[in-house]
Amino acid sequence: MNILFLAVFSPLLGAIALGLISDRKTAGWVNIGFSLVSFCGAILLAIQILKHGSYTAYGFHVDAFNVYLVLLTALVGMSTSIFSRPYMAHVSDAGKVTKKGLRLYHSMYQGFMFTMMLALTTNNLGVLWVAVEGATLATVLLISLYRTPESVEAAWKYFILCGVGIALALFGTVLVYFAAQHSLVDPDEGLVWTTLFESAKDLHPTVMSIAFVFLLVGYGTKVGLVPLHHWLPDAHSEGPTPMSAVLSGLLLNVALYAVIRLKMLADGALASTDNPDLPGYLLMGFGMLSFLVAGLFLHRQKDIKRMFSYSSIEHMGLMTFAFGIGGTLATFGALLHMLVHSLTKSAIFITVGHATHIAGTQSIDHIRGLIRTQPSVGWGLLIGVAAIAGFPPFGVFMSEFLLLSATMQSWPWLTVPLLVGLAIAFAGLFRNIHPMVYGAAPEGQKPVKANMTPVVVHLMLVLWLGLAIPIFLSSWLDQATFLITGLHLL
Amino acid sequence: MNLLQLSLLEQAIFVSAALILFVSFSLLAQRRLVASIHAFAWQGALVAAVAALVAAASGENHLYMSAILTFGLKALLIPWMLHRLVRMLELERHVEQLKRPALVIMAGAALVIFSYWVSLPIGRLDMAATRNIVAISLSVVMLGLLMMVTRQQAVVQVIGFMSMENGLFLAAVAATHGMPLVVELGIAFDVLVAAVIFGVFFFHIRENIDSLDVDRLNLLTEKEDDKP
Repeated sequence: MNILFLAVFSPLLGAIALGLISDRKTAGWVNIGFSLVSFCGAILLAIQILKHGSYTAYGFHVDAFNVYLVLLTALVGMSTSIFSRPYMAHVSDAGKVTKKGLRLYHSMYQGFMFTMMLALTTNNLGVLWVAVEGATLATVLLISLYRTPESVEAAWKYFILCGVGIALALFGTVLVYFAAQHSLVDPDEGLVWTTLFESAKDLHPTVMSIAFVFLLVGYGTKVGLVPLHHWLPDAHSEGPTPMSAVLSGLLLNVALYAVIRLKMLADGALASTDNPDLPGYLLMGFGMLSFLVAGLFLHRQKDIKRMFSYSSIEHMGLMTFAFGIGGTLATFGALLHMLVHSLTKSAIFITVGHATHIAGTQSIDHIRGLIRTQPSVGWGLLIGVAAIAGFPPFGVFMSEFLLLSATMQSWPWLTVPLLVGLAIAFAGLFRNIHPMVYGAAPEGQKPVKANMTPVVVHLMLVLWLGLAIPIFLSSWLDQATFLITGLHLL
Repeated sequence: MNLLQLSLLEQAIFVSAALILFVSFSLLAQRRLVASIHAFAWQGALVAAVAALVAAASGENHLYMSAILTFGLKALLIPWMLHRLVRMLELERHVEQLKRPALVIMAGAALVIFSYWVSLPIGRLDMAATRNIVAISLSVVMLGLLMMVTRQQAVVQVIGFMSMENGLFLAAVAATHGMPLVVELGIAFDVLVAAVIFGVFFFHIRENIDSLDVDRLNLLTEKEDDKP
């Protein structure tokens, strides 16, 4: 299927092409062009999947679970590239980045998109690992793009922590392969996810549970689960803002996607043992911890990007927790939450990028009166935060409501910490956001050239998903729920 | 398990694996930077030797390929790159002050015992031979991790990181007779790129804090007054 290759490999071509283009203005447009091609590829792929069902060939596998993530990844990648063009021009006018640095940025932006697409669509657990590690390698030099001491420190932390985490994930992958070789007919297929999934119940349960612990810790580092999250706020706050948007909106999702794919295997292997819910309990524990800790940390933040990265940890924790509960309702809610969180969070980071340019700082105490200075940015930020905090009628409200009901169904007493956590996070966000958007603007604060179209599109989509989920999407989410839990919700 | 019942090749595999673990310990306590790089190169060569021996014992010819790849990458190229960087950074005579070396070595021994404990169930699945190798490779991974935690020097941390990779490769080779070729090439590519990027970072860090002591990278914390 050539369309799949179009979606996955056009960013790779883009990375190579942009490595050769040294002109900054052209590079910005070419970056948008390649993202657009990849997005078109993703749409066509989605239509194909809609018509013909899941597709497996050439070492790729696309089913209901990953097709909507492919679409989401391509969409966020495209809209962030639209935002990144004027943003990076502004940054380079300010002299913060060299010409060579800008070239690296554009090339590696596409390189990162390639690793995301590859990680989502590959059918091979080994290639999945290579792609997720590749994502670290592609972004690590972009975190330190401004070469300030803080950014170099953030990048080093990111590199070391994620490198170690991902090494543990490779050990887990080796163990899965080891388990597969002892149960599969054809040992060469031992890393092929679809084959493993079909014969998951034959995999050795103890080996699979050890493997899952390593894989969860490994990919969990990338998801930003507490206590493995230390790289995340640093990397998000010190890197260029378009990077924060794609890291938060895409990388975390893809890492969580990897965890869930592997949980499906571990669930199958452990189904007939004494503790079939071990993977679920692990996810619930890590998820709840991340959710609560990140909510509390929201209150202490002085840096606007750091604050929103804690909000990302909080939401990833919530999703992890929901996948851990594991029923149909919880899984459906978590899948929806992955979608709406990505859309909202990338929109917020884009707005924050403009806001920091208006105020000339990332410090929360010094960003004031955004609505006065530039209403579009101020309102964008306010509405984005309202959406991410879970106000109705936005999509995040819908998914959080589903998650709460699911928790009420299976673990009633856990709804209490969940509600408390949501309230804490809500308060943490609004106590900081309120003075930034309202209040008097400092003297001489001027509006900047801002393209708010991506933000409007994302927030409209989130609003739409909160009011009505289109049929094709709900059927995908339902099929994915079926894949993960074995039961249909709808 | 009776060692004498094993064939000579299998015994050689065990000896090499044990030597790899030994090198890990020597890395843990090595104060001289250049000597650490040499020890790391030896570890890479031993891992490559294990791959070749497993290939000979099992008749899986693609493992010879990985052995050559590993030897080139882990025993020659990456040590050479590190050596060159150390020369460029003028750190040849660098001797690090180890904090509580005895305690670190004891912790290392504890990690080895822990690794054996973790891999107990794996042994039940298979012959005891595999369990030993899986346990050794997990120990090498854990010792690499310990090295990264206890040392502050950036180059030494990278050596710890790369020796973790050695442990992972050992696990892949000994327990599963190597990963599929496409995966192995991907991993080798990632390791190589990581090594190059680490090299770039050494200069960035030095430029910014005038040393390679990563303990001094402490600007980003959750303290109330962290930002100027």
